[in-house]
Amino acid sequence: MIRIVDYGVGNIQAFMTMFKSLDINAERALAPSDLVDATHLILPGVGHFDHAMQRLNDSGMRPALEAMVQGNGIPVVGICVGMQMLAAGSDEGSLPGLNWVPGRVRAFAKHPKAANLPMPHMGWNDVQVVSGTPLFAKGFDNAPQFYFLHSFYFDAENKADVSATAHYGLDFDAMVSRGRIHGVQCHPEKSHHWGALLLKNFAEL
Amino acid sequence: MLRPRIIPCLLVQQGGLVKTQAFKDPKYVGDPINAVKIFNEKEADELIVLDIDATVQGRDPDFGLIAKLAAECRMPLCYGGGVTTAEQVARIVDMGVEKVAVSAAAIINPLLLSEMAAAVGQQSVVAVLDVRKKSGLFAKGFEVCTHNAKQAHKQDPVALSVQLQEAGAGEIVVNSIDRDGLMQGYDLDLAEQFRKALKVPVTFLGGAGSLDDIGQLVSRVGVVGAAVGSLFVFKGKYRAVLINYPTPSQKTQLCRDALSKSFA
Repeated sequence: MIRIVDYGVGNIQAFMTMFKSLDINAERALAPSDLVDATHLILPGVGHFDHAMQRLNDSGMRPALEAMVQGNGIPVVGICVGMQMLAAGSDEGSLPGLNWVPGRVRAFAKHPKAANLPMPHMGWNDVQVVSGTPLFAKGFDNAPQFYFLHSFYFDAENKADVSATAHYGLDFDAMVSRGRIHGVQCHPEKSHHWGALLLKNFAEL
Repeated sequence: MLRPRIIPCLLVQQGGLVKTQAFKDPKYVGDPINAVKIFNEKEADELIVLDIDATVQGRDPDFGLIAKLAAECRMPLCYGGGVTTAEQVARIVDMGVEKVAVSAAAIINPLLLSEMAAAVGQQSVVAVLDVRKKSGLFAKGFEVCTHNAKQAHKQDPVALSVQLQEAGAGEIVVNSIDRDGLMQGYDLDLAEQFRKALKVPVTFLGGAGSLDDIGQLVSRVGVVGAAVGSLFVFKGKYRAVLINYPTPSQKTQLCRDALSKSFA
């Protein structure tokens, strides 16, 4: 079943609600023993990068997650700060990230094209999807929109890992896919039929 | 392109939904959970739910109601009413609510927002300012009110909004008491003052009577939140209750037209 990594950060309930409405079996994982039956992993996250990394490190689940994702190829999707945690590190904090997808998390406020825009980037935005991306394999129309709420963005080192971009002052890497490791900066759990399709496609990987 | 957020705002009183005019004369318009289900189907951009009893009655938020709303709501949800502590904010976010609105408690003690932002992140902390034109012979400008417009505060509303932003609010909701329920358009001059002063996203509430009113707000102040009460719960001049929301193509057209005319 799908396991939502509950390390004390992020809107777990919203995922539970969404998967229930999709009739897909998903449960929280609060400890390494909960991860044993996972076929898919959701890594949520909100708030400050270091706070999220610290809580994940303290949860005791990180070694098991690394073994499952990097060793066994269990599909994972990081959501919002959960996507940012896939990077090597973030300009928001000082703790290292998981470094599952090479890249660094940067501040919109430090980018000349976005520095004068309202922050956080909040609301519904279009995403430009790279064709062949597994999370968009089925069901999508031409102009998918997603709900965003963030001030920092993932800057992938290898642009071949980028599966979708969005525009806020600059074109930024809104989604990444590297093998079975995926990250989405938006909130699919709150993005109506587009978000439901994305999570359904993930569940079918 | 980032779009303006068109946000139904629902008021809860004694467990039911109501709609007021100038913060008075609450009219019963239905059941909160049923309304959430309808806005799910219509794919509303976000939803704001405000419990207008809690602060006035000096009681805690109704966590039972919030849990039910969160379980049903498939769009980003902002809850407000009776929130006074960072612990309450964390509990509400943990129930599946994206944003928590604070007004009276933050106006009395802006540093409370810092504690809340530390607990859940700035992006989930919203400050609401209920503002009205000062009354009286020589009165000029606007004042901030709390407790359903029964208490007025001394601070200048725009200066206070900047202070709340600095303290940790990730969004400011500006609610015009004078325009509430009148459906005669947003106070565009007031909106412009706040948009120019603030760095965080701003949402305006009070006055929307047509989609054109939303368009005018966006033309004037750019990509902001346009919150709507009466327009999305009433139909026609007799104010028959009918929950409604623009279609995706209406929204796209509205955004395109408004932003092409934008001076912001």
